[in-house]
Amino acid sequence: MEYEVVIGLEIHLELQTQSKLFCSCSTSFGKEPNTNCCPVCLGLPGSLPVFNRKAIELAVTAALALNSSVQLNSRFDRKNYHYPDLPKAYQVSQYEKPIALGGCLELEIDDQVKKVNLERVHLEEEAGKLIHSGDSIIGSDYSKVDYNRAGIPLLEIVTKPDLCSGHEARLFLEELRMLLLYSGASDCKMEEGSLRCDANISLRPMGSKQLGTKAEVKNMNSFKAVEMALNYEAERQRQILISGGSVIQQTCHWDEEEKVTVPLRSKEGSSDYRYFPEPDLLPLLLEEKEVNIIKSVLPESPMDRRLRFQKEYGLAKSEASLFTSNRPLGEYFEIVALKYKDYSNLARWIQGDYLYQLREAGKSESALEPDKLVELLNLLDNGDINRPVAKELLAEMVRSGESPSRLVNEKGLKQISGHDMLLPLVEKVINENPDAVNNYLGGKEKALKFLIGQVMALSGGRADPGEVKKMLISKIAE
Amino acid sequence: MELYQKTVFELSRLMNSREVSSVEVTQSFLDRIKEVEPHVRAFITHTPSMALETASLVDKKRLNGDNLHPLAGVPLAIKDNISTGGLRTTCASKILENYIPPYDATVFKLIKQVGMPLLGKTNMDEFAMGSSTENSAFFTTRNPWDLEKVPGGSSGGSAVAVSTGMAPLALGSDTGGSIRQPASFCGLYGLRPTYGRVSRYGLIAFASSLDQIGPFAMNPADCALLLELLAGHDPLDSTSYPGKVPGYVSSMEERLDGMKVGVIKHSNEKGFDPEIKDAVTKIANLLEKEGFAIDQVEMPRTDYGLGAYYLIAPSEASSNLGRYDGVRYGFNGGGDNIENMFSRTRGEGFGPEVKRRIMIGTYALSAGYYDAYYLKAMKVRTLIRQDYETAFKKFDILIGPTTPTPAFKIGEKADDPLEMYLSDICNITDALAGVPSLSVPAGMHSNNMPFGLQFTAPPFCEGRLFNVANYIYRNRDPLLPERPPASFRKGGTE
Repeated sequence: MEYEVVIGLEIHLELQTQSKLFCSCSTSFGKEPNTNCCPVCLGLPGSLPVFNRKAIELAVTAALALNSSVQLNSRFDRKNYHYPDLPKAYQVSQYEKPIALGGCLELEIDDQVKKVNLERVHLEEEAGKLIHSGDSIIGSDYSKVDYNRAGIPLLEIVTKPDLCSGHEARLFLEELRMLLLYSGASDCKMEEGSLRCDANISLRPMGSKQLGTKAEVKNMNSFKAVEMALNYEAERQRQILISGGSVIQQTCHWDEEEKVTVPLRSKEGSSDYRYFPEPDLLPLLLEEKEVNIIKSVLPESPMDRRLRFQKEYGLAKSEASLFTSNRPLGEYFEIVALKYKDYSNLARWIQGDYLYQLREAGKSESALEPDKLVELLNLLDNGDINRPVAKELLAEMVRSGESPSRLVNEKGLKQISGHDMLLPLVEKVINENPDAVNNYLGGKEKALKFLIGQVMALSGGRADPGEVKKMLISKIAE
Repeated sequence: MELYQKTVFELSRLMNSREVSSVEVTQSFLDRIKEVEPHVRAFITHTPSMALETASLVDKKRLNGDNLHPLAGVPLAIKDNISTGGLRTTCASKILENYIPPYDATVFKLIKQVGMPLLGKTNMDEFAMGSSTENSAFFTTRNPWDLEKVPGGSSGGSAVAVSTGMAPLALGSDTGGSIRQPASFCGLYGLRPTYGRVSRYGLIAFASSLDQIGPFAMNPADCALLLELLAGHDPLDSTSYPGKVPGYVSSMEERLDGMKVGVIKHSNEKGFDPEIKDAVTKIANLLEKEGFAIDQVEMPRTDYGLGAYYLIAPSEASSNLGRYDGVRYGFNGGGDNIENMFSRTRGEGFGPEVKRRIMIGTYALSAGYYDAYYLKAMKVRTLIRQDYETAFKKFDILIGPTTPTPAFKIGEKADDPLEMYLSDICNITDALAGVPSLSVPAGMHSNNMPFGLQFTAPPFCEGRLFNVANYIYRNRDPLLPERPPASFRKGGTE
C-alpha cells in the first residue's frame, strides 16, 4: 500500500521586544545568568504581570503577515505544570481565546504554489533555561537554572496538517522565517533559540481522509534537522505500517548525533495543564483602528517583493530571490536603481563584484554610498575606464569609500583609447615580438591573445582590449 | 488617657501641634505591645527599632517644617502576607518561614513614603486560608475579649493588634471575609474595599480574583484616612482601578438623607444568633430615625455563594501556590531527585488546610471536571454579581450581620472545615461580586463578646460606607466598652 505523510508544525518564536512580556526586564541575549530578572519574571510571591503593548503590537504584526484573523477580544490563561525552569509553576499563555485565528502561508515548491493553512497564532511567555550537570534532569547530580529568558514574549504558530514531507516542512520554515524577519516581529535566530519548531507527523493510506496515529518530534535545532528528522520519522513509521504493525502515539527527540528519532520516556496518561483564565490580567482588548494602523504600515512580504523585482526591474527569478533573501542587499539595489537605469547590469554588479568585495572587506550591504556606485558604472558605460579597472576600483571604493573619479585621476587609470594614444604601444609590441607575430600569421589565434596581453600590460591595464585587438590585426596586416 | 488609646486623628493633631513626637507615640504602642502581646500573640515579627527609626525621621522632618501627610508618624501593623522588602514575610507558613522579599508591596511603599512606622507583621491563617488564625503554622492568636476564643481570621493578628491598642491601624487582606469577620469578632472597623481599589502588587496571592488589601481601625474616620492613602491606580497591578480616589475623610460628615438601605434577608438564617439578628433591626431603626429609607432586600442567588467561593478560591490558590517548590526561595525539603524534592518541600512546607484547598482546586480545574466545577462556579459568580446590580438599582446601601455568631472557641471548629467555612457565610458574596463592604461594631452580645454588622455599597462607593458607619459611631452606646478589658480573661492554653 502507498502511504502519504501528514505533518503539522508548532513554531515558537521570540518576539523582538526590548523588554519582557509582563515586566520591564531586558530581553537581550547572552547576559550573565539571572541578571535580566525582577520579582515579576522570577514569579516572586505577590508579583503581578502587566502587558507589554509592544509585544502585543508585534504579535498583531506577525498575525497580519500570516493572513491570520486578529481577534479584538482575546485572553490569557494559565497553563499549570511543575518544572524548575517555570518560576510560577504556570505559564501565562492563550488557550481558549488566542490573539489570532486561521491564516495561511504560500510557498513555492518545484514551481508550484502551495498554500499551508494555519490553525492559530497566540502569545505566551518563555520559560527559563536549565543547565544540567549530567544528561538530563533525572540523571544529573545537580541542575542550574537561568531565568534571563523567563518572560520573554513568545509567539506560537500552529499549522494545520498540510505539509507532506520533511522537505516541505523545511521550505515552509524558511519562508516563514523570511516573512517574519520582513515583518520585524522576530529576529528568527534558531541558533539563539528565538525560533523553535516541534512537529506532529503521521502516515495514512494515500487518498485517505482520516489522520493516522501521530508522533510528536522535538529538539530539531535547525531547518536541516527538521527535514532530516521528519524524513527519518516518516520512514520509520512507513516500515512499521508496511510490516503490518501499528504506530504508537509518542513524543520523540531528534538525536542530532545519531540522526535518529528517540522516543521519550512516556508518562502514564496525558498531561493535564488545568488551564483557566489568568485572573491577574484583564482581557486583551484591541481596537479595529489599532489593528488597521498596524496593517497599514506592514512591510512588503518576501513573496510580493520577489514578484515586484521581476516585474519592475525585469530581473531574473534567481536575482529577485537573492535580493529578497538578502533583504539589505535588495534595499541597496533599489536605492541605486533610482539613479541607474540599466537594471540588469546593476543587478549583475551588485550580486557579483559588489557582494564579493563586501564579504572580502567584511562590510555591511550598504557600505558604499549609492552615488559612488552609480558614478563607477557611468564611467564604465562611457568608456572612461575598462571593466578590469572598474572591478579593481570597486574593491578600492568598498575598502576606503573613495569616489571613483578621484581614484581614476589620482592613479591615472583613465582608459587609453584612440588610434594616436594606442599606436606607439601596438608598434612597440609588434617590433619586440616577431615570433608571436609570425605564429599569428601562421594561424595561431593564441599568439594574438599574447600580443593583446602585452599591449594591455604596457598600458597599465588602461587600454580597451577590443580596440587593441582591432589595431593589432590591422597593423600586422599592413 | 494613654497615647495608644487615642484616635489616629487625635494623634495626628498632637504631633502636628508638636505636643507629642512620633517617637513618643510609637513608644507608647511599643510599650502596649510589651504588655499585651504575651497574652494574645498577634505578631509573627516585631520591628520596634525599625519603627522608632522611622518615627524619629518623621520627627526631624516635622522640625524642619516639612509638609507632612496626616498619617506621618502614625504607626501601624501589617498582615504577614504583604511583602515588606528586606523584612521576613511568612504568610504564617513554614514554606516561607525564612523568606525575605527583595521588594516592597505597593501599599508598603505608600506607607513608607508618608512615614508610618511599622510595628510588626501580624499573625494570620496560613496563606490567608482560614477564619480563626488556628491555621497559622506558628501559633494561634487569641481573642482579647476572651482568650479562649478565636480572634477570627484570616487577618486575626491585625484585628487583635488594633482592638487591644497595640497599633492604631493595621492592614489586612480579605479574600472571602478575612478582614470583616475578625473585625466583627474583635469589635472594630474592618473594610474590604472594592476589588481593584487598592493595589494587590506585593500581596502574596491566595485567590487573585478575590484578594483585596484593606484597613482595620477603631473608628470610621481613621479607617477612611488610611484607605485614602492606600487607594488608587497602580501601574504594576493590571486589575487596579484607574479612577480617581475621592476624599473619603472630607465627605464623611455629609448627610445622606433619603438614602435607601436594604436589609439583607437571608433565606436560611438557622445558624444566626438571635441577638445579632435583633441588632440588625435596631441599627435599621436608628438609621430610619436619621432619615434613611429602610426596606428588605432579597438576594436569591447568594445561597450558592459559599459553594461557588469554595471552588473558585481553591482553584486559583492551587495555581498560585504551585511556585512554592523549593527551587528559588523558601523552605526546601531536600531529596535525591527533582520530583522527590518537590513533594517533600510541599508535603512538609504546607499545613493541612492549605493542602486541602490545593487538592480541591486542582481537582476542580482538572480536565473533565472543569466545566462542572470551576466554570459552573464562575457562572454562579456572574449571577451573584447580577443580584447585587439589581439590589443596587433599588438601594444605595445594604446591611446585614458580618458574622452569624460572635467569636467561637479555639478548637471548636478546627476539625470541621465545613463549619469553619460557614463562619464566613455573610462575607463571601460581597467578595464574589467585588463590591466594598465594611464591618462596623454593633454592640455586645450577652456573652460579653462584641460583634459587627456589615454594610455593603456599590463598587467604588466606599465613601458611602464611611458616612453610614459614622452615624452608627456617633450614636454608639457610651456605656459599652470600645476596647477589651484591661485585664485579660485567661483560660485557653497554647
